[in-house]
Amino acid sequence: MDLTAINPAVLIASLMVAAVPIMLAATGELVVEKAGVLNLGVEGMMIMGAVYGLAIAVEAESPVVGFVAAAAGGAALSLIFAFLTQVLLANQVATGLALTLFGLGLSSLIGQGYVGIKPPPTPRLDFGPLTDIPVLGTILFRHDPVVYLSVLIIAAVWALLKFTRAGLILRAVGENHDAAHALGYKVQRIRLLAILFGGAMAGLGGAYISLVRVPQWTDGITAGAGWIALAIVVFASWKPWRILLGAYLFGGITVLQLNLQAAGARIPVEYLSMSPYLITILVLVIMSADRGRAALNAPAALGRNFHASR
Amino acid sequence: MFILEKRPTPSRFWMAATPVLAVILTMIAGGLMFAILGKDPFEAIRTIFWDPLFDPQFASYSRPQLLVKAGPLILIAIGLSLGFRAGIWNIGAEGQYIMGAIFGAAAGLAFYPSENRLIFPLMVAAGAFGGWVWAMIPAILRTRFRTNEILVSLLLVYVAQSLLASMALGALRSPEGGGFPGSRNLSQWATSANPELIGGTGMHWGVVAAFIAVIASYILLQRHILGFQIRLAGEAPRAARFAGVNPNRLVVLCMGISGALAGLAGLFEVTGPAGQISIDFNSGYGFTAIIVAFLGRLNPIGILLAGLLMALTYIGGELAQFMLGLPSAAIQAFQGMLLFFLLAVDMLGNYRIRLGFGRAA
Repeated sequence: MDLTAINPAVLIASLMVAAVPIMLAATGELVVEKAGVLNLGVEGMMIMGAVYGLAIAVEAESPVVGFVAAAAGGAALSLIFAFLTQVLLANQVATGLALTLFGLGLSSLIGQGYVGIKPPPTPRLDFGPLTDIPVLGTILFRHDPVVYLSVLIIAAVWALLKFTRAGLILRAVGENHDAAHALGYKVQRIRLLAILFGGAMAGLGGAYISLVRVPQWTDGITAGAGWIALAIVVFASWKPWRILLGAYLFGGITVLQLNLQAAGARIPVEYLSMSPYLITILVLVIMSADRGRAALNAPAALGRNFHASR
Repeated sequence: MFILEKRPTPSRFWMAATPVLAVILTMIAGGLMFAILGKDPFEAIRTIFWDPLFDPQFASYSRPQLLVKAGPLILIAIGLSLGFRAGIWNIGAEGQYIMGAIFGAAAGLAFYPSENRLIFPLMVAAGAFGGWVWAMIPAILRTRFRTNEILVSLLLVYVAQSLLASMALGALRSPEGGGFPGSRNLSQWATSANPELIGGTGMHWGVVAAFIAVIASYILLQRHILGFQIRLAGEAPRAARFAGVNPNRLVVLCMGISGALAGLAGLFEVTGPAGQISIDFNSGYGFTAIIVAFLGRLNPIGILLAGLLMALTYIGGELAQFMLGLPSAAIQAFQGMLLFFLLAVDMLGNYRIRLGFGRAA
């Protein structure tokens, strides 16, 4: 094994790229869960975003159009979830699972025509001379726009939840929907908007996998990224900036195990590739074992449907 | 405007009618999807639901397949339904299914080429144990550390898939396989084979186990105190607490039963229809079983029927793939759609739709 082949600066740069899909999806899911809705369909919306983004980007020969289409596709799929859980009051856990199962099937159906096709490349953002700074230039200034966008979205969500009236209402709906309803807020409408945002973010994250990370289409391309995103929301104890931390941690593990595979580590490839999932479980255990933190921060109405009976 | 009004008790009529309604709605929506794909919707629906059973040319092959596919689905879904009833979400049955196959196959292959008749029962026990162990991980983590069992059991599916690949390429690879991945063929080794018990029916030990599980779970839910506790914990968790139901015990029991049953399904599959441990041994039964459990309304008899119906869509899907060139993924989307429609019409059982104006104040 040749560890010197791994360049730390390149490693950090690539972990930032690897973290983007989970970060986007987790940020979206955080907003959804803050509104009191548990959408387990992240994996399904991500993979639909992946196939949509790729297909549209190939047809339009533009990655930007692809990303926009992916966000719209993810939101469209989440609309089904919103309709079932908010209007028809279906069980959120079951509906989320249905979304994932349906998304996996439909994506592979749409993706059939696109196997082996390369999407148009997503250009890097040009920072001029900043790019040439040793180490720092590699880490910070040689990425495509989505990497920066994902961090900006976290900042925006943080500011929205913390400083604005809209954020306060969203949290109120998630903490106690009966009280929010009594105050005159439209619980279902607010939740619908949150779900749509979550869908769009998951779609965007999925498109990043098929347009930048891989970049091509294969069945099951997201490989559990949506579930890891759900776990990261718990890891982050529903705080936006911790999502950044969590996503970078998991991006780091993913990139590191890929690098170890390439460097010819003695550990068999299969054991390296299961490591991100095992570490996700481990982190989940550590977070939930701490009785106070996880329990206090989870939105109180998480996963409960609201029905205005009186 | 329509207003939903909660029923005092769920409507018995709609509880039975909604699955049928969901299947009909799915056929309509699926027909639309097939039409978009450029296939004749009526022909596609007929090929999926009618031809496998009644077409003179294909029925002789397809009919036995019905039980072969329904067996593992029912076996897994019965286990899952117990947990789902109690609000315990084991969605990692796919992983438990894989682990059951690995444990069972390993236990048998350790004695290759012995012809001792005790080996098959040992493999069955090892398969159930494998699934049970894999399900105990999320169960113990939930009872000890309150870790979310949905995420843990699901993430363990990916771990099990990696383990499966490593077993097929390494420890369990057939020494006579010429270096190709995959274990020895268990269905061709008389000691470990899980053959068709009655010729032409597709009935193998896994199907027998599925029928036993249906009956056992029916008795458990209707006649046993544990079944009552499971239902109570799901419908009124607070009341269950006061009635002295130990939630942790229920988690361990429900996860354990569903894991063991999924493991059994994997073992019967690897010794019978699949024949060997290979990289792509698992075919999504663990996930489809979730749909089966809901379609059967978490009721043992319902699950039996739902399992048969879902098996039919698998076989019909293969037939449609062969006859009409319908992509195999279309069937997967079709099955997902079924769950959507099921959840959508579910509301009819618990709510009454009233015509009305304005919103509830």
